[in-house]
Amino acid sequence: MTYADIVLELINEEDRYMIMTSENRAAFRALPPLIPQNFIDTGITEQTMIGMAAGLALRGRVPVVHALATFLTMRAFEFIRTDVGIANLPVKLVGAVPGFLSDGNGPTHQAIEDVSIMRGIPPMNVFCPADENDMLKGLKTMITYPSPFYMRYNPTKAFVEHSPLEIGKAETFGDGTDIAILVYGFLFGEAFKTKQMLEEQGKSVRLINIRTPKPIDEEAVIKAATECKLVVTLEDHLITGGLYTIVSELLLSKRISANVVPIALKTWFRPGLLNEVLEYEGFTAEQIYSRILGVSS
Amino acid sequence: MTNKKLTKLQNQALKVREHIIKMSGNGGCFIGASLSCADLILYIYKEFLNVTPENFKDSKRDYFFLSKGHDVPALYGTYVELGWLEEDRLKNHLRTNDTIYWHPNRNIPGVEFHSGSLGHNLSVAMGVAMDCKLRKQKNKIVVVVGDGELNEGSMWEGLLVASAYKLDNLIVVVDRNQFQANMPTEELIPLNPLKKKFEAFGCSVKKIDGHNFDEMDKAFKPFPFDKDKVSVVIAETVRGKGLPSIEKRADRWFANFQQEEIEGLLKELHSKKKTKLTSETIVAR
Repeated sequence: MTYADIVLELINEEDRYMIMTSENRAAFRALPPLIPQNFIDTGITEQTMIGMAAGLALRGRVPVVHALATFLTMRAFEFIRTDVGIANLPVKLVGAVPGFLSDGNGPTHQAIEDVSIMRGIPPMNVFCPADENDMLKGLKTMITYPSPFYMRYNPTKAFVEHSPLEIGKAETFGDGTDIAILVYGFLFGEAFKTKQMLEEQGKSVRLINIRTPKPIDEEAVIKAATECKLVVTLEDHLITGGLYTIVSELLLSKRISANVVPIALKTWFRPGLLNEVLEYEGFTAEQIYSRILGVSS
Repeated sequence: MTNKKLTKLQNQALKVREHIIKMSGNGGCFIGASLSCADLILYIYKEFLNVTPENFKDSKRDYFFLSKGHDVPALYGTYVELGWLEEDRLKNHLRTNDTIYWHPNRNIPGVEFHSGSLGHNLSVAMGVAMDCKLRKQKNKIVVVVGDGELNEGSMWEGLLVASAYKLDNLIVVVDRNQFQANMPTEELIPLNPLKKKFEAFGCSVKKIDGHNFDEMDKAFKPFPFDKDKVSVVIAETVRGKGLPSIEKRADRWFANFQQEEIEGLLKELHSKKKTKLTSETIVAR
């Protein structure tokens, strides 16, 4: 099943689901002719699309809206906050090419503050799947959830078979106590390789696929912070407002002291081919491995 | 429109204005913009739309969106006259024991959607209009907007999309009181020729006197104005309408009057004798 298959299945089951886009059709190119009554392309108008999504939701619809993550979360931010957020309407926001996935586009297209911005809206939830398999495992749960959601669209190839999504529950690989790597989204793949490399060096590692930075899995984070010597937060996002901030806020509120090291972006990244971007910015599995060894030994 | 109906509407409009004036003290309200669209809101609810708190859950009912949310005293004043809201509740204006404040709140029966940030409710209304179209229902969807609000890019973006999708179940009513917050629209960001602008965006446009119920009745019906086109009414209105002492005054957009001024204005509404206003003017908020 592809992204489009799952959405089509939902629409065929229940007429209330709708696909909207501001001319971003990459995820479902073949779909529009199949669902003319459940598909709206508003053109390059993110604000109007969100306002309309709110109106459709007032009529009982569940719009799944698509745009590039930057334009969706930033151009239309106040519409999301004011029309979807204040009314707590079940509009589902799907942001394309988030984080490093915007590769060669340049800073105009780099959504590296999207998680921070979206989680600041009180009723908004955030889902950052690790890869395509993780996204498809969680898609139905996310779309059918009665509150608004922002999802970082992630079609990258999976290394592992993921478990079904439980909102607010992280997925933990291993129970090591030397190092915990907390990660969401695309960098999960690099972190997975880093884990293996660290284990080959005799380190005991647990890898936590956060999945929903909001609501965060408090139990998994606290467990990692209290059981592991080092906690690494890894994200293709600015260091402010994302996972490092979420973990810091949580641990501070619980008066838990832990050795937390962030690996995140400090500013917009150098655009280029994805592999080259990772290398340049220091986010390949090998580089993450070296950075972790550097602080853990 | 029969004389009897006209007289009744005119009397109710006076009552709505009394409610607005009473809300302009003890914290104040956007009195100028409220008085300009009071007649429009009353007419639309009473004579044009089929919507009441009782049929709110009926998918075939009509919809009313107040996009220029700062004139909420006119909306709530109308609700009192329609019997949807207890008059006593207006005394809770700006008290935290209720949800009556400077912009609409959906907890008040009749309010379709919150507004306050300009340029939002057109697209929200479009979402409703689109759904009604997809379900082949005949609902009418009204969105009242301010002329100053037309500075917002989202208004024109919305019209572009509304025309593309032929939302002829949608009617945009412009409260053309010629003012934005601090000054006349034509002195800041000129809108004229406004009718031509709407027409260029594919709308079917009528221009009327927004204080004349007979003209409203002739303009709004039949609806839609043109098949496949968004209907637009440019309602020429007067900011502060009904109170000569504040009419057409840029500095009486918002007002927070003393009790004696309010009593004077309530008399002025009927006598047209200007009240001596001493409260400082507030031109921006």
